[in-house]
Amino acid sequence: MPEKLDKVIEMFQMFDPADRTDVLLSYADQFKEVPASIATRPFPKSHQVPQCESDAYVWAQKLPDSTMKLYFAVENPSGISAKALAAILDKTLSGLPASEIATVNCDIVEKIFRQNISMGKGMGLMAMVNAVQALARAASQNN
Amino acid sequence: MATSIEQRGYAHPEALVSTDWVEQHLNDPKVRIVESNEDTLLYSSGHIPGAVHVDWTSDLNDQLRRDYITREGFEALMSKIGATKDTTVVFYGDKNNWWACYAFWVFQLFGHTNARIMDGGRVKWQKENRAVSRDVPSYPKTEYKAADRNDAPHRAFREDVFAHLKKQGQLVDVRSPEEYAGTRMHMPDYPNEGALRGGHIPGAKSVPWAKAINPDDGTFKSADDLKKLYCDDNKLAPAKETIAYCRIGERSSHTWFALKYLLGFENIRNYDGSWTEWGNMVGVPIEK
Repeated sequence: MPEKLDKVIEMFQMFDPADRTDVLLSYADQFKEVPASIATRPFPKSHQVPQCESDAYVWAQKLPDSTMKLYFAVENPSGISAKALAAILDKTLSGLPASEIATVNCDIVEKIFRQNISMGKGMGLMAMVNAVQALARAASQNN
Repeated sequence: MATSIEQRGYAHPEALVSTDWVEQHLNDPKVRIVESNEDTLLYSSGHIPGAVHVDWTSDLNDQLRRDYITREGFEALMSKIGATKDTTVVFYGDKNNWWACYAFWVFQLFGHTNARIMDGGRVKWQKENRAVSRDVPSYPKTEYKAADRNDAPHRAFREDVFAHLKKQGQLVDVRSPEEYAGTRMHMPDYPNEGALRGGHIPGAKSVPWAKAINPDDGTFKSADDLKKLYCDDNKLAPAKETIAYCRIGERSSHTWFALKYLLGFENIRNYDGSWTEWGNMVGVPIEK
């Protein structure tokens, strides 16, 4: 597990439900949509996260120093959780080598969201993590 | 663009209010706006100003048994949200008002008939760029005296479904076609939450809940469109006893509302045990 992400998860473990909600909303507020230099609407289906009802998209750009930068789009205006997760993944994984990002596991979703995970949401959020992992794996194999 | 609620030919149009109506009553002390969602983050991320949050799991369900809150629990909830018997409670929420209809239905078990659904729910309010707030309102506590919960008029238990089957009564299965056919054990994109068998209750008609709404803005379709869907295409008769079900009773609350209030089905109940009970019971009949 990448260290920065590990620390964020450790922080989430200490929160009571109200604090967790506030921090998740704070992350959602920091969400930045994919810039036009990377992708514009209509976003290609090949970047759409399957099973995500928030209509999320993910891109991974390989930088000259071999690290990666993640980008996301969340088309559903109610996709607050998807935005929060996207911001967490971007802040903790962008800037790392692909091989390190590829170690992320979708079980982080339960650890981060806890009781804030709803029936339909968990599958989509785990699919977002899996999509990031798949892009990182593909990039690391192309090294 | 949907026509006004009054123009849609509903049996009980007073059960629905528009987003305009809600905006005009934001400061009406006789109105309490209640948001009920599946996603527990949504209310905190911004809600209709003055709206309170009622969570289907922590506020409406018994925390130990699979059942709803007791009379005392309902009285405490109404006191907490500052509602009296005269308060008009207006529900709205995500998922095209699934959980709003579910909360509305639970309120009917306690006889709080002064209740409405905001047509189009959260998504319509947002699409219309109406005001939202993160301020959690606080209202003076009230003394609310409720009657004992009376499930019989609105809620069906498994014994009721058995009796209904014997009479070849009307059943409507509001899940996805795949769940109805037994090829899928859960909603598309949802986790499998545990039914051992797939299929449907024998004789049930398949009318997925979402067919009752206009997908663009989440509003309910007109009475004529609903009549065609339920009565003409699926041969459901408003005068006959009817039971709706889904997986745990949330989607079927939505259909229960549409059939009871919009089409005037006289005797309709929601089987909240639904497929998570029926699909796990030993020896019960199932069709695929």
